[in-house]
Amino acid sequence: MQPMTEPPASQVHRPDPAPSRLTYRIERLMLTPLFRLALRVGLPALIGFGATSWYFSYEDHRTAVVDGIAALRNQVETRPEFMVNLMAIDGASSGVAEDIREILPIDFPVSSFDLDLDHMRETISGLDAVRKVQLRIRQGGVLQIDVTERVPAVLWREGGELELLDRLGARVGPALSRAEYPQLPVVAGKGADAHVPEAVALIAAAAPLSGRLRGLERIGERRWDVVLDRGQRILLPEKDAVRALERAIAMDQAVDMLARDIAAVDLRLPQRPTLRLNGEAIGEYWRIKAMETGENQ
Amino acid sequence: MIELYESQRAMRNMRKAAMQRGVVAILDVGSSKIACLVLRFDGSEKMGDDGVGSLAGQSGFRVIGAATTRSRGVKFGEIAAMGETERAIRTAVQAAQKMAGIRVDHVIVCFSGAEPRSYGLAGQVEVESTVVTEQDVARVLSACDVPDFGHGREVLHAQPVNFALDHRSGLNDPRGQIGQVLATDMHMLTVNAQAIQNIAHCVKRCDLELAGLASSAYASGIAALVEDEQELGAACIDMGGGATGVSIFMKKHMIYADAVQMGGNHVTGDISMGLQIPMAMAERIKTFYGGVVATGMDDREMIEISGDTGDWHHDRRQVSRAELIGIMRPRVEEILEEVRACLDAAGFDHMPSQQIVLTGAASQIPGLDGLASRILGSQVRLGRPLRVHGLPQAATGPGFASAVGMCLFAAHPQDEWWDFEIPVEKYPARSLRRAVKWFRDNW
Repeated sequence: MQPMTEPPASQVHRPDPAPSRLTYRIERLMLTPLFRLALRVGLPALIGFGATSWYFSYEDHRTAVVDGIAALRNQVETRPEFMVNLMAIDGASSGVAEDIREILPIDFPVSSFDLDLDHMRETISGLDAVRKVQLRIRQGGVLQIDVTERVPAVLWREGGELELLDRLGARVGPALSRAEYPQLPVVAGKGADAHVPEAVALIAAAAPLSGRLRGLERIGERRWDVVLDRGQRILLPEKDAVRALERAIAMDQAVDMLARDIAAVDLRLPQRPTLRLNGEAIGEYWRIKAMETGENQ
Repeated sequence: MIELYESQRAMRNMRKAAMQRGVVAILDVGSSKIACLVLRFDGSEKMGDDGVGSLAGQSGFRVIGAATTRSRGVKFGEIAAMGETERAIRTAVQAAQKMAGIRVDHVIVCFSGAEPRSYGLAGQVEVESTVVTEQDVARVLSACDVPDFGHGREVLHAQPVNFALDHRSGLNDPRGQIGQVLATDMHMLTVNAQAIQNIAHCVKRCDLELAGLASSAYASGIAALVEDEQELGAACIDMGGGATGVSIFMKKHMIYADAVQMGGNHVTGDISMGLQIPMAMAERIKTFYGGVVATGMDDREMIEISGDTGDWHHDRRQVSRAELIGIMRPRVEEILEEVRACLDAAGFDHMPSQQIVLTGAASQIPGLDGLASRILGSQVRLGRPLRVHGLPQAATGPGFASAVGMCLFAAHPQDEWWDFEIPVEKYPARSLRRAVKWFRDNW
């Protein structure tokens, strides 16, 4: 009597649980660390590289990608947040501001990505009248230029032209006439612009003579002469010019030296200050000497 | 003598390579199940001052994969059908690899059958200089007179058990000691060469490298005997499915090993034949209701025997548990009698300590220890394998004693004959060492 139902589960014939040789080998291969690494990293990298190389092997694909990138970049750069609409210049006199606007040819509105601030700063710093400049793009699309101008300290007369120099000797600009800057002292002579700090110090030291001071002259690109009115000069040495000038002033205050008929005070040799007299004064001097010695004229 | 061991030397080198790589598989080819353990050696083992590492030196490795499968094609611990066995090995190795998540290339195999035979060897040699050198040890080992173990047999283990220098015996390591006559005792275990070749072939067909071979009686002795039993002397009886292995340990060396070609499968066969039920059901009844000592209660405990022959009376039979025990007990007694005969042949009753440890899956029959103590002697206990790192709970039973023993064997192999130096005389000509020796002798 055969049962009509399914045979019980214990009688079900199970297939062989053993893996086939191929399955076994494949599984062993998959468990090999190097192979797994190659499969996990190497194969995707290879596929990715291959697909990219294939795609870029066509000219139109390349141009499409390059154009797309450029368009996207342009789209981002021309967003209103990045646009610069106007330029504000602070700290510059009107003439300098005019010059700055002239040498910076910017067509507003322009994207801030297209502004080369470093180059613009160099360009503005190239102006003589500008000592220091700061550029930044302010909120609201404003190119802010903060300028510190050079302050003229002396007038330099060179070859019939007048130049304005600041206290460090840098050019500020041309001066049309002496009368425009009555308060500035005048220096002259070749190479005077390289020694403006010393000249400024000398002028400060010569304050007691300010009523008579006409200016300073650089002699032989080597040393200074203080030029007073009546053609008087104080010849200063190369070194310690300020000390020498102070000495001359002290002598003047002691014996009223400069008020006398003297052509020049020569202080070039510190041990031996020398006075040069004018022609009449020298004759008078000889006469007095002869009188003292009792000699006949 | 040397040529015999070249394959063993090659296997030892393979095992060293596997240890360097850090991963090695253990394969226990048994008659009822094939177990595969994957070991990882992390090399973090550090020896203490007393030369014993943490966890008695077992912390150096970890079981990272374990799998068992029902064995097919193995009978009496020997391979009977190559293809079936190969598939079973593949199943076990693949599952263990999958659990470990790493590929295994080297495998150490143990098996129980192949008619193991033990020989005791003795050798004696004069020490060349005053101090015993490694060369003297090599010479005394090669001076052992090897018995004629017959054609077609292969040496599986050859372990020097004892060294004696002049009148002092029981030396573990005679190197550096001063003396004149060096003698050694060696234990040699031979098995059928065909069995080894079959196993090697199966392993090769599974794309694995054979990195070692061991007798499962030896391996389960390492795992199931505790240290003082190994030291003082004990016998380990590994009751497997198709064969029962017997190994005797003394002074931490195996001094005898044998196998009885009977095991749990024969008990199952008896039940199947006696009750006329299929083997699968006989196995199930044996594991659920089996025993060797019947009590009055067992007469009343009835076991349903279902079947699907279609005959209602045949399919609705019942047997009492006492009947089942009545079938099982004679066969278990027979196995134990055979074991007794093996132990008697080995002279076990002359041992100072006669501890007997029963292990193996068939040792789980309830009441077996009582029956065994009646047949084998009073000092009988049931042994379970040592706990090793990472071993899954399912693999801690006594049936895994030889697999666990193989783990310990892989981690701390005992020095065998082929691990010692080759004596100078046996080196091939043109060897550098021989030239050095010639120079030393002549100048």
